[in-house]
Amino acid sequence: MKLAINWFKYSAPSTFYGLAGKMIPWFAVSSAVLFAVGLYIGFFVAPTDMQQSEAYRIIFIHVPASMLSMFIYLIMAGYAALGLIFNTRLSSMMASALAPTGALFAFISLWTGALWGKPMWGAWWVWDARLTSELILLFLYLGFIALHASIDDPRRADRASALLAIIGSVNVPIIYFSVKWWNTLHQGATIKFTGTSMHIAMQQAMFTVLAACWLYAIAVSLMRVRSIILERERNTQWVSELPEVKP
Amino acid sequence: MKPRQKKFMYIFSALALLGMAVGLVLYALKDNVSLYFTPTQVHNGEAPQGRAFRIGGLVQEGSVKRASDGLTASFEITDTHRSIPVVYKGILPDLFKEGKGVVAQGKVEADGVMHADEVLAKHDENYMPPEAADAMKKAQEAKAVENTGKPKAVPVAK
Repeated sequence: MKLAINWFKYSAPSTFYGLAGKMIPWFAVSSAVLFAVGLYIGFFVAPTDMQQSEAYRIIFIHVPASMLSMFIYLIMAGYAALGLIFNTRLSSMMASALAPTGALFAFISLWTGALWGKPMWGAWWVWDARLTSELILLFLYLGFIALHASIDDPRRADRASALLAIIGSVNVPIIYFSVKWWNTLHQGATIKFTGTSMHIAMQQAMFTVLAACWLYAIAVSLMRVRSIILERERNTQWVSELPEVKP
Repeated sequence: MKPRQKKFMYIFSALALLGMAVGLVLYALKDNVSLYFTPTQVHNGEAPQGRAFRIGGLVQEGSVKRASDGLTASFEITDTHRSIPVVYKGILPDLFKEGKGVVAQGKVEADGVMHADEVLAKHDENYMPPEAADAMKKAQEAKAVENTGKPKAVPVAK
């Protein structure tokens, strides 16, 4: 194997298709293992919290899902921008492939947050800045998917939805800093650059699940981008020669 | 400039402009975006008059009193500078405790008391097991003894 990898080679859908296929099992298996380890530590090893007792354990799902929903949006907007600037098909396909996973994480974040809010705060939902901006993030994902689906020509759909994705990225810093800029019911950041105000076993569980979520997101996005590649390139020579396509 | 660079510049400057616009809008809406007013703001007359709004702060230590009907509770919300008395009839959330964060929604009547129809607990960003909290409290007490020569009352978290 050559050490110097020609990265531009993999910006072609035909070569990336095979590479993605080889990578998926690794990400999927390591994600499953880390989920099991992280959730085990979270539910059986980590101690109870002094204020919230057992109910705090929802952070092991809620926090990774929220973080991923924001990170994936930025990555999606980044890919969309690359597609817009360099006119690379694969970048736009990656953006489309990331959107449903991001929307899923945004939904999980809101849902688990509501389940947590009822016993802890006393309300399923409040219109505070953090919750509202996260809801807008979910709508941006859904808007991106809907806009892309509503335009028949995929290249035009790429361009239109890329614009939406890029504009929407303004929302991500608003979500992150909302608890700092305004009075919110949602508590401030636990994980800061200056340190984390959390017990070590709780941290281990949360960061393990976070890594698992990352790997899961990569695995399913690669699966999805492979389907998108097949769908969009169905009339090309290389697709018709694939062993799984050949009759 | 190559067309690609031009495109990049357009997108980048559009995003920067948009970011600035959103920033200005949010800055202008600052008071409307915030979920609650602090007791100091209410004292300064920044809160809306004659309609319901939210007050947020800490539950004043030793201010919680329960009426004989077992459902009505009165307490004070403080930001350590000013405080506002609150009366609430209903079930308080589990995390409602003296010295902890709270947000109450209701109308401030002429007597200066907020008659709340919703009380929410606001918890903080610290997560630790009860033993660690106890150890921290003991350490604080020990420190207080060292500093003053006699034990100092430390507010109890529970």
